[in-house]
Amino acid sequence: MTRPNTYRSGPDERGHFGIYGGRFVAETLMPLILEVEKAYKDAKADPAFEGEIRQQLKQYVGRPNPLYYAERLTEMLGGAKIYFKREELNHTGAHKINNCIGQILLARRMGKKRIIAETGAGQHGVATATVCALYNMPCVIYMGETDIARQQPNVFRMKLLGAEVVPVTSGARTLKDAMNEALRDWVTNVADTYYLIGTAAGPHPYPMMVRDFQSVIGDEVRTQMQELEGRLPDSLVACVGGGSNAIGLFHPFLDEPTVQMIAVEAAGHGIEKGPLEHAASITGGRPGVLHGNRTYLLQDEDGQILEGHSISAGLDYPGVGPEHSWLHDIGRVEYVSATDQETLDAFQLCARTEGIIPALESAHALAEIVKRAPKLPKDHLMVLCLSGRGDKDIFSVAQHLGVKL
Amino acid sequence: MSTDTGRIAKRFAALKAEGRAGLVTFITAGDPDLETCRALLDGLPAAGADLIELGLPFSDPMADGPAIQAASLRALHAGTTARKTLDLVRGFRERDADTPIILMGYFNPIHAYGVDRFLADAKGAGVDGLIIVDLPPEEDEELCIPALKAGVNFIRLATPTTDEKRLPTVLQNTSGFVYYVSIAGITGTASADNAAVGAAVDRLKRHTDLPVAVGFGIKTPEQAANIARVADAAVVGSAIVTRIADGLDAAGKARPGLVEDVLGFVRDLAAGVRRARG
Ligand SMILES: Cc1ncc(COP(=O)(O)O)c(C=O)c1O
Repeated sequence: MTRPNTYRSGPDERGHFGIYGGRFVAETLMPLILEVEKAYKDAKADPAFEGEIRQQLKQYVGRPNPLYYAERLTEMLGGAKIYFKREELNHTGAHKINNCIGQILLARRMGKKRIIAETGAGQHGVATATVCALYNMPCVIYMGETDIARQQPNVFRMKLLGAEVVPVTSGARTLKDAMNEALRDWVTNVADTYYLIGTAAGPHPYPMMVRDFQSVIGDEVRTQMQELEGRLPDSLVACVGGGSNAIGLFHPFLDEPTVQMIAVEAAGHGIEKGPLEHAASITGGRPGVLHGNRTYLLQDEDGQILEGHSISAGLDYPGVGPEHSWLHDIGRVEYVSATDQETLDAFQLCARTEGIIPALESAHALAEIVKRAPKLPKDHLMVLCLSGRGDKDIFSVAQHLGVKL
Repeated sequence: MSTDTGRIAKRFAALKAEGRAGLVTFITAGDPDLETCRALLDGLPAAGADLIELGLPFSDPMADGPAIQAASLRALHAGTTARKTLDLVRGFRERDADTPIILMGYFNPIHAYGVDRFLADAKGAGVDGLIIVDLPPEEDEELCIPALKAGVNFIRLATPTTDEKRLPTVLQNTSGFVYYVSIAGITGTASADNAAVGAAVDRLKRHTDLPVAVGFGIKTPEQAANIARVADAAVVGSAIVTRIADGLDAAGKARPGLVEDVLGFVRDLAAGVRRARG
């Protein structure tokens, strides 16, 4: 495969990253998808839009968050110098809010009156409910019943913020089913409703738009690393559900040949156990079409989508954003995976050595660092995207550790 | 397309000659099981179905309401695959050479099968057309263009959100007929206002010579008759699929009499459609 001059020019005008992406939606939604695309293009060209986002990210979200040198962890692993990008310190406790601020401002520009969203771990649901409260817009969150059961604190949080949480009972009752149900709502209420997708997936322009809104992560890392170490980082590590925190960290560095990028998928009980036991779409799936885009999917021979498994509700999705599929195929980003057990170990390690309880999603990325850092020289600068805090996960972790709360 | 010599074009020409609208019935392939579905298919033409839409089951039917979602799951649990769906069509074709069959579903099962191989096998089995919900004109190169080349009609959905400016794009590569989705929404939920449907069909007719079928939300023979007054065909799906669901026992197995009950309902729908312009 020939190397492109830049890895940062995608997608093309039809929303393609290589063969991935596109706009695979019902005709009812198509005019609206085109309207979102146009509105986003106009907004991007308007300095006032950019200014408003900046202002809110600073005043409301609390950006920039630190790039923190994890000294004890670095000493313990005895290799690469490890930095944490502290997305968990954002208001609402995860990177999800970066995207929500951008999209709600777009929805307002479009004159939309009602916001819907899907959520898995509940982090995106909380972030969406938060910006809806802030901008006084009615908010409906679709969430699988299975996820409602394992993410109770976030469900209550959303309700406190004034959102309606609709339990989804189809399929395995997790993130994929929540997204189906959100799409069904959207076709039914096209005129006044904006669908605030929570990850860098879905029909064009969502993967591009969410990536742009999350790129603040990588942009800040670049500036902060320059200040701290006077140079670029050597490697970046992030977990991948739909891929928004990972692409947000990676994208600003894609054209820096010395920067290595590693994305960590959820291996659940182990990739070798088969596609019902993990949620690693790239490592263990193949290309198909779902939720508006062509991308790697967990599916059977007949093209039926499989219900993956992960200990983390935020990674439990059988697809991945299309830009990741492309970055995988061209070899720019390395895709690996971490099992539930490796993740639980990393989760506890982080709590004890750094005094930070990470989200289970982020702990997947940390598990890869635990494997990799000891083999690297001490001057290797490695950045973990600590995408969220783990308060929401303590109940399910306790359960896995056999502790009764 | 005036040059179209396929079963769909022939059937609409015959309906026009008879001076009546057609009834298009939807069932999901393999629902509730392959054997019962075969019996349903075989019985549909005599019960008054002028065209048959056969759902290609998919795990994630994003544009469908609860009735068709459940039908898809029943079909998948019964082991239905794209291949077995084509087998059903092939079997039907041995017994009925004229009733058009249109496969309706989502792209991924076809993508997984391989587009060219699927089109060759579908054509060979006797499939006349495809309605693939998640392939708008923007993705025509994926399946629509190859289908037209393979001699399989690609029937597009036009919706209340398809405005005047967009309509030519939607109609461009459409063949067989145009399917007007009468509501913004999913299958089996709200029903459209009759006057609005009439106006929408008139609008479509100003842009195309193709027949216009109207579906989504038609549940009773009366509603089918109302649609038959303003369109070339009425499509009934969820209401028929719900009758199938009603005919299952607690274990989800077809009770005796299911096929007869469903076909009886289709006869009522057909009577409604046939009397509409009487
Ligand atoms: C803290 C956290 N990290 C990561 C993810 C995964 O999403 P993405 O891959 O879009 O970053 C989630 C999703 O819920 C999350 O809550």
